Amino acid sequence: MNDKTTSPLKVPETKAKDKPIVEVSGLCKWFGDFCALFDINFSVNFGEKVVICGPSGSGKSTLIRCLNQLEEHQLGTIRIDGREVKPGMKGIEEIRRDVGMVFQSFNLFPHLSILDNLTIGPIRNRGMSKSEAAEMAMELLDRVHISEQANKYPMQLSGGQQQRVAIARALCMKPKIMLFDEPTSALDPEMISGVLDVMVELAEDGMTMLCVTHEMGFARQVGDRVIFMDDAEIVETADPESFFNNPETERAKLFLSQLLSH
Amino acid sequence: MDRNSPPPPLPRRRVTLVDLVLIGLVIGMIVYAVYRVNDVLVYHWNWERVLSFIIRFDEESGRWVANLLLQGMFTTLRLAVWATILATIIGVIMGYWRRCNNLTLRIISRTYVELIRNIPPIVFIFIFYFFISSQIFPLIGLSSLRYDSPYMDNDLFRFMFGNPRLFENFIAGMICLAVFEGAYITEIVRAGIQSIGKGQWEAGRAIGLSHFNILRDIILPQAIRKILPPLAGQFITLIKDSAMVSLISIQELTFLANEVAATTTKVFETWILVGAMYFVLCYFFAYVFAKLEQRGARANR
Repeated sequence: MNDKTTSPLKVPETKAKDKPIVEVSGLCKWFGDFCALFDINFSVNFGEKVVICGPSGSGKSTLIRCLNQLEEHQLGTIRIDGREVKPGMKGIEEIRRDVGMVFQSFNLFPHLSILDNLTIGPIRNRGMSKSEAAEMAMELLDRVHISEQANKYPMQLSGGQQQRVAIARALCMKPKIMLFDEPTSALDPEMISGVLDVMVELAEDGMTMLCVTHEMGFARQVGDRVIFMDDAEIVETADPESFFNNPETERAKLFLSQLLSH
Repeated sequence: MDRNSPPPPLPRRRVTLVDLVLIGLVIGMIVYAVYRVNDVLVYHWNWERVLSFIIRFDEESGRWVANLLLQGMFTTLRLAVWATILATIIGVIMGYWRRCNNLTLRIISRTYVELIRNIPPIVFIFIFYFFISSQIFPLIGLSSLRYDSPYMDNDLFRFMFGNPRLFENFIAGMICLAVFEGAYITEIVRAGIQSIGKGQWEAGRAIGLSHFNILRDIILPQAIRKILPPLAGQFITLIKDSAMVSLISIQELTFLANEVAATTTKVFETWILVGAMYFVLCYFFAYVFAKLEQRGARANR
């Protein structure tokens, strides 16, 4: 029924593949006196899938939260699709609409139905009519295999279902890039694969993705690049195969051995 | 043993010797109090005289009509309802200001809350009453309203605000109470907004909603659900606090009770009766709100 070519997840191929959508240079961020990010430099091209991993507290989440200014950085520049993102800037909402985000704890709006969770963004931001937004939302819910739950409330859904709704909610804004902040870490083991399947489909449809995750299978399957962070810095960047098989740095080796040991 | 057989009973709580002694003490104290009043003060109880001030038979119209005490209770109720509505509006605005980014607004709301919470309510009411009744009312033209105009002298108006002739008096008391209770509701609203997790703000921001839209569509609807139980409690507190405005001659239950006690000289009966009326009113609302809360909790599941 849902042909791949008309898929709402399909990203229009209007941009050249090698043009960067995210450019970060010299990014530094402190919480009080604690340095959470130090001299971060990297860029992500359109259509690229980048996986960020590293031990907890290494700054992965802070990094992607700086991209849409859920955290404000002190130093360095961030560009999203050519526009510079600055702390306290006017019009940050415009940029956020192009950057979808999925949180570890889903953060669905508990007082709204699943359908309303999806449509509130397009209705408020894009001035879309209620029926138009609902139609698009139903298509997206169908794509994340959850359309039969459209009129339920978040609390009535399992964690895995809620996270898939959260993905659909982010997609509803037709973002140019999707940020995932440990999307499967809060899920029961049997719920993880459903969410990862949706993310793989999204990747196959050409979405640009920046994903903080420890799911190595997912990283291998869809990742173009792995960024390994430790202690507020980017320690290693490599393609998934060589990163997981032959990490270059000692810190990456240590991290991977701990990840595999349980 | 069979798992489908009825379960054996758990040990029941029994009345113990301690209970009997305590009950005996309480009864003893009541008997002593009645003895003191009757035999030492030589007090002559006359309930009928006071009860007639709740409801009386009107010879002219041939009907039972509400007398002073019942009228006073209605005024108290009207005061409480209107003051709660106004106080909630004040509280929502101030509660939002407490948390907003603008420094001046934060200072204003903080000052308001701290000022009112740190002076005795009666002192506040005296200051505020003489200010609004002498300065504000003439300014907004409330003191020159025509009480016999058809806009004010009709049944709906009487139902909502009581006697039109006492309208100015009523509004003064209502505003006093509202400004006073508004400070407490401000804190309730602030706590309600704060109780909504950071994640809700972040999710709203992440889909590009403006600050105002997040507040209106995401935060306040959730906060209000959490606020309703303490707000209902504040309404009941306000019914009791409204007795204070009798001191500025607002003709509510306590004010009228004072008059009844003075004219009948039946002090005990009057105040026991008025206490009972307040109790019934407050207990009734507490019961209704508790039921509504239970139903709400079930509906949310």
